[in-house]
This record gives sequence, structure tokens and C-alpha cells, in this order.
Amino acid sequence: MNDPERPNPDTLLAAVQRDDARQRRGKLKVFFGMAPGVGKTYAMLEAARRELSAGRDVVIGYVETHGRKETDALTEGIPAMPRLQTEYRGVSLTEMDLDAVLARHPQLALVDELAHTNAPGSRHPKRWQDVLELLDAGIDVFTALNVQHVESRAEAVRQITGIPIRETVPDSVLDGAEFELVDLPPEELRTRLAAGKVYVPESARAAQDNFFRPGNLSALRELALRFGAEHVGQDVLAYRQQHGVGDPWKTGQRLMVAVSPSPSSASLVRWTRRLAGELQAGWFAVSVELPQPLNENQQARLSRNLALARELGAQVITTTDDDVARGLLRVAREQNVTQIVVGKPVGWQAIELFRGGSLLNRLIRDSGHVDIHAVRAEGEASAPRGAVGPRLRAQSARAYGVATAVVAAVTGINAVLQHWIGYQALALIYLLSVVILAMFVGRGPTLLAATLTALSWNFFFAEPRLTFRISTVTDLMLFLTYFVVALAMGHLAARLRSEQAAERRREQRATALYLLTRELAQASDFADLLAIVIREVSKAADADVSLSLPQEGLEGALTTYFASSWALPEKEQSVAAWAFRRRQPAGRDTDTLPSSAGLHLPIMAGERALGVLSLRFRGAAPLTTERRDLLDSIVRQIGLVLDRQRLRDAEQQAKLVAESERLSKALLNSVSHEIRTPIAAITSAASSLDRSGMDPGFQHAMVGEIQGAAWRLNRLVGNLLDIARLETGHVKPKLDWCDVGDLVHATLKDLKNELEGREVKVEIGPGLPLVRMDFVLMQQVLGNLLLNAAAYTETGTPIQVSALAQPDRLVLTVTDRGPGLPPEVLPLIFEKFYRAPSAPAGGTGLGLAIVKGFVEAQGGRVSAENRAGGGAAFTIKLPLTKAPPVMEATT
Amino acid sequence: MALVVDDEVQIRRLLRVCLESDGYRVHEASTGQEAITEAAQRKPDVVVLDLGLPDMDGVEVLKRLREWSRVPVLVLSVRDREEDKIAALDHGADDYVTKPFGAGELLARLRVARRHADPAPELSVFRSGALEVDLTARVVKVEGKEVKLTATEYSLLRLLVQHAGKVLTHRHILREVWGPNYAEQTHYLRVYMAHLREKLEREPGKPRLLITEPGVGYRLVEES
Repeated sequence: MNDPERPNPDTLLAAVQRDDARQRRGKLKVFFGMAPGVGKTYAMLEAARRELSAGRDVVIGYVETHGRKETDALTEGIPAMPRLQTEYRGVSLTEMDLDAVLARHPQLALVDELAHTNAPGSRHPKRWQDVLELLDAGIDVFTALNVQHVESRAEAVRQITGIPIRETVPDSVLDGAEFELVDLPPEELRTRLAAGKVYVPESARAAQDNFFRPGNLSALRELALRFGAEHVGQDVLAYRQQHGVGDPWKTGQRLMVAVSPSPSSASLVRWTRRLAGELQAGWFAVSVELPQPLNENQQARLSRNLALARELGAQVITTTDDDVARGLLRVAREQNVTQIVVGKPVGWQAIELFRGGSLLNRLIRDSGHVDIHAVRAEGEASAPRGAVGPRLRAQSARAYGVATAVVAAVTGINAVLQHWIGYQALALIYLLSVVILAMFVGRGPTLLAATLTALSWNFFFAEPRLTFRISTVTDLMLFLTYFVVALAMGHLAARLRSEQAAERRREQRATALYLLTRELAQASDFADLLAIVIREVSKAADADVSLSLPQEGLEGALTTYFASSWALPEKEQSVAAWAFRRRQPAGRDTDTLPSSAGLHLPIMAGERALGVLSLRFRGAAPLTTERRDLLDSIVRQIGLVLDRQRLRDAEQQAKLVAESERLSKALLNSVSHEIRTPIAAITSAASSLDRSGMDPGFQHAMVGEIQGAAWRLNRLVGNLLDIARLETGHVKPKLDWCDVGDLVHATLKDLKNELEGREVKVEIGPGLPLVRMDFVLMQQVLGNLLLNAAAYTETGTPIQVSALAQPDRLVLTVTDRGPGLPPEVLPLIFEKFYRAPSAPAGGTGLGLAIVKGFVEAQGGRVSAENRAGGGAAFTIKLPLTKAPPVMEATT
Repeated sequence: MALVVDDEVQIRRLLRVCLESDGYRVHEASTGQEAITEAAQRKPDVVVLDLGLPDMDGVEVLKRLREWSRVPVLVLSVRDREEDKIAALDHGADDYVTKPFGAGELLARLRVARRHADPAPELSVFRSGALEVDLTARVVKVEGKEVKLTATEYSLLRLLVQHAGKVLTHRHILREVWGPNYAEQTHYLRVYMAHLREKLEREPGKPRLLITEPGVGYRLVEES
């Protein structure tokens, strides 16, 4: 038989190879140079032509030849992908058509200028992100890059040339890439430049001379050579890792850099990345969240710094502590960090005295075996230190006003009170007001109030009045003590307050998570679970939520879950699909497609993405780290719960498989026995008939054997077909008005041979109405019950069939006087392939399963019990409705 | 002469032995197309037709045959579902026997089918067992005693007598006796059949004349 479902081996092999290709990540080869004009594109095209002639499938994803003839000539013969034209503010820009290249799926794609910034509105802001996607799709990429565009070298290049570098490529992108250094002596480069053979963008003409100074070029060349050399070493490392040689961090060093909102943190991060690269060490970027909330500007800068660290390959950790040094050291211990990088403090910070020394001093004191690097924070330091958001400024202005007003009010009260109490006691009332004030306003206003009250007391109440002079030593002592106590109280109260606020935020986060967990735990099934996820996330994030789940059977395709509160537009769907495929967040407030309306977070369980949660926030404000953290926690939690549910389902599935294995084994056992026995009877009887000269009696007996065996086989096949019809849901009873007497008689007539020698009593109540049932199914039901009774009881014991009508149902009973049913088999007796231990030889254990299936298909019930006085009783109950009236025929 | 249409060699061989022992000359066909050609050329007296043929369905063969021929057709099939039986009977099959089958029964059914096809002299009196029906005088007797039937009971009985030995489907009977609008009202048939059995059968609970064909219809047995 030719089964169309059976896959042919060639298709299978092709599928395996496709899978391999998909799993294999593409290789990146970088044509690396010290400056524009050294001939990277040329070298790249030459290499590509070699690949092409070696039979590889090569396309040009994007190559800019700047119209130079010899370069142009090299592109000839290499198929080029059409470019994407975009219009931005009236300027027409061309970009690589990423999707086209992905769809074309060549073996090798040429993508020039890795550091290029894409046109606004492209999928990724940067071309290197496009390249990563190509690599992930299993496409090899040739690209070109100058040393100045390497993230960790950009700072050095700026120092050498004095030109700030805006377009940079994270070092992590270059890890594992193959480097081909395209080198040209500086003199020759300058000659080419003078001959106009080097393309320099219009905007950079001014900087051109400065950049291409001989001294600069030598320095850049050295930088490029050194970077190239380092990467050759990295290749070896990558090889060792891939092949399980040695441990991943050869030097056993683990680095950590402290990241703050300060702009100088960025250069600290780069410095650490360089050190980590040289030491071939893993590294962490740690930010300590203090009880005092950051303003929006600080928040944004911190996010940027952390994003930079992430891009450069750091593992980012955010922790909460009211002390930076303590938080850093805790993380360092947890992560077995061996070296910590912090910024070198500038100037003298008085406040540090309160905290037991500067951050650096305390780190050094408490760090134990951990080394501390204090690095001078470079560049960009001009960013305003206290760039406070307008909202916060207005708020604090109000607080200062309140503090001043309170001081004035208390001064008024004191002016009245001074007639009854001494002026020294009035200081206590001032102190009281400062303490109370500190509970409601920040540190600054409290300090202002402390100062104002001290001066007011001195001026208005201390002798001599209305001067700032203090006449007695006691008063002087009192004034100074008061001043210090008020300051300290104010400071402590304010700190207490901000700690409480931080505590409250943590509390809120914990509560939100707790509520989510509690709600999720109450879900009764998967659908319920998903509905709760959507509702709770929508509440917690104040956003419209869409949940996309992988489409069954279609790899990479997502469907929006129907209960989602946000119907994803097509564009957002593709962002969600990207987030799912790459298992990275995408959309607004991320690096990928930040112009999207929604934030798309993949729901992860280990390394697998289970789906994507897409949020459209109802407010317009950018996401704070705090809320983002909360969302991350929630999504993680959801991932855990969904994964658990998935495992539970998988377990269920495994159980089903085990059950079906058991069934098929039982089927094989019983069916092979049931088929072989009658076949054996037929073949032996037929072969003995073949011998000539036998008496007619023997002949007759043999023919009877053959007939009996054949009928038995026929019944077995019928049973198997019936059970198959039941299993596949193909039993659709044709309900019709039937005469029960007719049914019983027809059944008995059919089974005349099988029931030979058995007395079957039929008792049908008088006036039994017509019953709606499927005559043929019921005939089989009744037949199976009768055969069952005959098989399990002694020949000669009576079998009885009785039918009677109750008001709303027909009760049909088959009873015998055999040994009855052991009580333990009663619950199992209608299971398919179940055979009672006491069952006689022969039989498949299908008969009663078919009875149950057929009766239930007609809306009836079947049950088995033991009769009083011995024997078994099988009862069928079918619903009874009134038959319509019958008229005489009209013709 | 009989034409045996079946794609299984074993069944054709068996039928040939069986039919030749009863005096038939046998021709064989293994496909529907072949069956139609053979039937047109040989003009058989009876056709034994399998439903599962390689090139077309047996019911299709039946339909084509019935376009120009009234040869008695006995369907012999493994399909035992009532829908299949009804479809075959409604498309002009004279009888339906399911595999596995007994040779004796098959030959008896063939005889009945052939007799109905013969334009035999109009029988005015039908006898089977103790039943005697005089179609001209409209008199029904059981064991010589006249039995009173209502008009509907009589027209039901007359229909069965006219097709004695053949299976009549529910739809066919309902249409003929009650009219086309009553083709689905099987409970009419059940009620009147019970009445008839009550009046004509010796043991109404164990009918010997008016036989139920489960899920398909009824048959009036011819007993000598």
C-alpha cells in the first residue's frame, strides 16, 4: 500500500539540512581599516568575487562605491539586492532592504559600512543591528569598518584626532568575527587623499585635514593594528570555547563597573569593556538604586548608560540599597567579582563625611580581596550635574515656600507665647516645628527651616532682641546646640521619609507581583490563565495589552490571542514577531524600532520564547526604570507560570501517549489471538476436508467448524470497525421510531446460531410505545449483551431480555444467572480492551465498550450490577418521548 | 446467463462455482466499465454487482445500467451500512446481500429477483404459509379464515405482496401507501406493520412472514 502520509527520505533529509542551516549562525568577516580610503570596500569586493567563483551564493546587500571606477568594476557580476528608498523630511535616503535579503537568503551578503546609521523609521536604528539579524538567519556577512567606529576605541580616537565620533559599533558585535586588516602606509593614504581618491562626506570636509594629519594616521594605524591583533586572539578563544577546551574565562577574572546617571559613567563603561577584553574576562555593570528617587533626566541618563553597557556585552544588574558602597560590594560578592571599576571623585564632597568617608574610601576599606580601579571619568563631563526636571523644581519651590511660611507662623505664635514662658523654652517650640516639617518636606526645605528658626530665635527672642548679637555664653551654647540638633533632626527625618518612600515602592512592586501570582494561581485552565495575564498586566502597567502566541504548526508565526485588549495593527504585529524571533524586547523605549507605538516583551521560559506581551501605554511619558523593572518581573513571572502550565500539558500528553501505547499493546495481543484462533480452525478443517474418502458426518462437522470460525472472524472485524467508528466520532445515530419487540426479535433471529441451546426469555411490557432510537445500533447493543451473557454463563442457565416503559424512559435489561461480576471489575467493565480476570478464553474486551459507546451516542445510559440471587444484570435506559399521532392513509 | 461483477478474483471464482452448480452460464467483469459493456453485449438474465469497483462506484454502474436495461441486479457488497443498502435499492437494485454470504441464500435471492423481472402472468391469488391474499377480490385469509383489514393495512399488504420476496425500503413503502409527503414518517409504518403482524402472524412477537430488514425496510417472505 502506498501511504501518502508517509514522508519520503529525501524530503526528510532536506528538512534536516534546512534545520541545520537555520540553527547555524552566519559568520561575520570584517574588513578593518584605520581610516576611510584605505581600500576596505575594494578588498571586500575582491574577496567576494573569490567566494563567488568558488560557487558560493553571494549577493550585495548594500555597497557604496562612491562612483569610483575600479571599485564599480568589481561589483559587476555580483547580484545586487534592490535598495530601499525612504523619504525623510524631503530628503530621499537609500538603505539596505533587510527583509529582501532575509527572503533571498543567500549564503553570503556584502554589507558595507557597519557603523552606518539607518534612516529614521527603519527597523533598526543602526546597520550593525541589521547585520546581526542576517547572521542570526544563518547568512554569512562581509562588512567594512574603521577603527574609529569601534565603541571601545571611539574615545581614544577622539583624543587622538579631537573629533567626536557619533557612529559606533558595540564591541560585542565584533566578538567572534573574522578580521581582515586592510592596511595602507599613512603616506600613501595621504597621496590618495590628495588625488581625490578618498570619499569624504560633505559635512566632514572641514575636519578632513585635521583627521588625516600624518601623526594622527600613525596613531590610528597603531590602534587598528592592535585591535586587529586582539581579535585574532579572540578567534582562538572562541574556538576553544566552541570545542570545550579550557574554561570560558581564561583568566578567572570577573569585572564590575559601577554605573550612575552621571554622563561620565559612559566612559567608565567603555574603559571596563577594554579591560575586560584584554583580560578576556566576564564583566558586570551594576547600578545601585538609592531610596531617593531619580528625576526624569537622571533616569534617562542612567538607562542610556546601562544600555551602553549591555551593548558592549556586560551583564547588567540593578540592585536596591541605601548605600552605594554596600550595594556594590554585595553584588560583587554574589557574582564572585574580582575587580571593581569606579569613577575617581572630583573635588571634595562634604556630605560624604556623614557616611563614613567617600565612596571610594569605603569601597577600598570594605572590599577585602576585591581590587578597586579608580578611573578618571573623561569627556562629556560638561553635562549639567543637577539638571532637575521642571516638575521637580516646581515641587521643591513649593516646599521651600511652605517651610518659610511655617517658620513665620511659628515665630508669630512664639511672639504670643513669650509672655508666659521664657525665651529659652521658645527654642524648643521652634525645634518641634522643624521636626514636624521634616516629616512632610524634603531635606533642603528642612535645612532652610532649621537655619531660619535659629536666626529668628536669635533675632526676635534672645537678649538683646532685634539684633543678631548673643550676650550670654548660655545663649551662645543654646544657639549652637539648637542649630546642630535642628540640622541633624531635619536630616534624619528627611532620610527616614525617603527610605519610607523607597520601601513603599518596593512594597507596591511586591504587592503587584503577589496579586498577579495569586490571580494566576486561581486560573482553572490555560485560557483562563491567559485572560488573567491580560487583565492583570493591563492593570499593573496602565496599558492596553495584546498577547501573541506562536501559531501551532507554523514556525515563527504568531497569532494574537482573542481576549487581548489591544488589537495589534499589522506594523506592531511584525515588531512583536521580531521580539519573539529574537527573544529580545522591541518597540518603544528599546533599541529596536523605537518609533513603534507599543512595547513588545518576549515571555521567556529559560531559552524559549513562549509568546510576546505587547503594551500600549495610556500615558505618553517615557517608561521609568522602575516601571520597566516591574514589567520585567511580571513578564518573568508570567513566563514561569505559562511554562509550568506547558509542562503540565506536556505531562498530560505523555500520559495519553502511554495510555494509547497500553491500548495498542492490548489491541495487538487480543486481536492477534482472536484472529489466529479462527484462522487456525479454518485451515485445519479445510485441510482435513481435502483428504478423500471420509464419512459425510465428519465432513459436515468440518464445514460447521469453518463456518463458525468465519462468523467469529466476521464479528471481530465488525467490532473493530465499530470501535474505530466510535473513536473517530463517526457514530451518528439515525434516530427513528422503532418497535422494541421487533428489535428484540430481529436480534435473536440474527444470533440464532450463537445462542443455540440457550433459553432466552423475552418479557416485553404490554402497550410499550414506539421508542426513538437507531434500530441497527440498538440491535448491535442488544446482540453484544446477549453474546456476553452467553459467553460468561454455563450452558443451560437462562438469559432474559425485558423491556418496560417508565414515564420518561425505556428500560431494557439483559440478565443472567451466571457467576455475576466481581465487585472490583464493575467500574472498569465498559472500558475498551478491559477483560475481567475471570473471563473465559477468547474475546477482545470490545463488546461492552461498543455497547456503552452506542447507547451514549443515542443519549442513553448503560449500567451493570449483580442481581439478588446471583447473576449479572445489564440495564440500558433510553429517553422516551411521545410519538406523534398516526393518521390513516389518504390514498 | 449471469454476469458477475467483482474486482476480487477469489470472489469471482467462488461465485462462478456457486452459480454454475445452479445451472447458470457465468460471465465475469472486474471493472464498472467492463460490466456495462458486458451487460450490453451479452444481455445477461441477472447481474451480481459489487459496489467497491476500481474505476467507479457500483451505484454509478447501477444508475447507468438502469438507463437502458431492466435486468435484475443483485448487489453483493461488504458495505453493511444501511445508507449503502438504501442507496442501492433506491437506484434500482433488486436485492442486497452483504459479504460474507451463504451460497444458499444468494441463490434463493437470485431466483426471487429473476421471477420479478419475468413478465409472469398476473397473479391474482398470493399464498405464503398460512397467508392467502386474493388481489382481485380484495380478500385476505389466514389459515382459511378471512381477516378484516383497514384500507391502509390492505394497501400496505398489497404493496408487499406485489413485491413479495424483495426488500422494500421505508421510503418506498411510505411513498407508495401514504404519498410522497409522508416519506419520512417512519412511525406510521411501524404502527401499521405492528397492526398487520397482529392480524396475520401466528406469533406477532416472532414474525415469519413480515420480516424487518434492520434499518432498511421490510420484506414479505414467500413460503411454499
